[in-house]
Amino acid sequence: MKRLSSERTKLLFEKLSKYIGANVKLLIDRPDGTYCFRETKNRVYYVSEKILLLSTSVPPENLVSVGTCFGKFTKTGKFKLHITALTFLAPYAQYKIWLKPSAEQQFLYGHHVLKSGLGRITENTQKYQGVVVLSMNDLPLGFGVAAKTAAECKHTDPMSVVCFHQADIGEYIRSEDALI
Amino acid sequence: MDVVTKVLEEAAKHAEQFKSIHVEKHLELEYDLGTLLAVDTNDLDLRKIRSKSDRDQYFKDLARDNTQLLLNKIWELPTERVEEAVVAKLPAPTFVLPREKPLPKQKPLTKWQKYAQEKGIMKTKKSKLAWDGTLQKWVPRYGFKRAAAEEEKNWLLPVPDRGDPNEDQFTKKSKIKSENVAKNEFQRLRNLAKAKNVKIPRVGFLSVDKLNSKQLGEVVSVAKASTASLGKFQGNLPKEKRAKNIGPLLPSGRKRKLAPPTPVQERKSNLDILDSILNKKPKLDIEKAVNRSLNTEQQEQSEGTKSQKKGGKRRKGGKKGKGAGKRTGTKPKGGKGIRKPREKTGRKRR
Repeated sequence: MKRLSSERTKLLFEKLSKYIGANVKLLIDRPDGTYCFRETKNRVYYVSEKILLLSTSVPPENLVSVGTCFGKFTKTGKFKLHITALTFLAPYAQYKIWLKPSAEQQFLYGHHVLKSGLGRITENTQKYQGVVVLSMNDLPLGFGVAAKTAAECKHTDPMSVVCFHQADIGEYIRSEDALI
Repeated sequence: MDVVTKVLEEAAKHAEQFKSIHVEKHLELEYDLGTLLAVDTNDLDLRKIRSKSDRDQYFKDLARDNTQLLLNKIWELPTERVEEAVVAKLPAPTFVLPREKPLPKQKPLTKWQKYAQEKGIMKTKKSKLAWDGTLQKWVPRYGFKRAAAEEEKNWLLPVPDRGDPNEDQFTKKSKIKSENVAKNEFQRLRNLAKAKNVKIPRVGFLSVDKLNSKQLGEVVSVAKASTASLGKFQGNLPKEKRAKNIGPLLPSGRKRKLAPPTPVQERKSNLDILDSILNKKPKLDIEKAVNRSLNTEQQEQSEGTKSQKKGGKRRKGGKKGKGAGKRTGTKPKGGKGIRKPREKTGRKRR
């Protein structure tokens, strides 16, 4: 478990701020204790300081995971968010997309969101803005990137892609082995 | 009887085919049975050698006779029977064979060998294992398992009587050892240089006759940083690069390791990074701006409050000319006595 270098911290925060904007501050500045980001084997974990202290007693080769895995740094040096980060992205998300119940399954199988499946969308959503995808009864399903602005969405044909899929909770089953 | 004579006759006839094992020689041959060598010192028959017809036969006979004599000598040696074969035991060879290659040059003695020769110090063979009194077991003098034994033995090191109590005796010991190894290596190289007749300086580093480009680069980089201002004002040549791996040689190359930040410090630095990201000035994104205006336009349209009137009166002709920007109704005035040659004030002079 090592500290993130300043470059990597920057990459991580840039990616997080795409989804939750200035709310990243709330992740670092928490009233219920100090939380921090740690890195092992290119994976970034969001851990409470208390648990981090406890984890030092476990030899690193035996330590599978501590806290919540937010994602990983790819070999090309980019940061990729994992679905496990959804727990922290969903409550702070500024831009959201709600799916019709008929489109939920398609999304959970890893497909993009089509206009026909779009239930609601946050006003003023810009193009390529990171969005959290929710079901109609506000259950977070995953996250993605808006393919069109909210205004454009109104006038496109129903088969065009509205939101690019990035991660969904179906991954807990589909890529169980790759998540940790 | 008839049969006996017949057999004897046949045997004689058979024996006639072979030559006698007795060979007459004027001078006896010289033998060295150890190398199976016989040297014939008798004169050769020059007449027979010169005649073409007899020459081959003469040499063949000579070779056969001499071989016969050599074999006779071998049969005189003590023989024994080993698995159906008669084996003779050859004596040690006495004849000195000439070498094919020249004698190897003698290796020059190392400094110690020379000294030991002068003092008559003999090399004594030591056994690989030695009894260790404290460990109560046989321990190798060097090599495999020696280091482990040493570690087992020296788990505790006493501080010498007048020694510094805060000094780490283990690091001291390992330092002495590594210095010894370095010294040995230096002496080995010195002996090598002496053997090859290479001139080396008595103290200091060995220099290379011709530096390669990498070494030259290192030298240049170090020399450039060797000014009072640590090379700050030294200019660079085009395409010049600072040599790599000379970090510890340069004052700027030494990296200072900071202590790991405390949680509070870490949080602060994280917040700083985050602020720098969030406070970035957004670039003017034309597409975004167009989209935004489109959005507001559409909103207005959907509200159905489209105004039919065109806003305000249009001015005809628009603004033209230089003085059209601001009209205060007064004439431009002069500098009021203050000369301002750089600043253009007052009326335009022609």
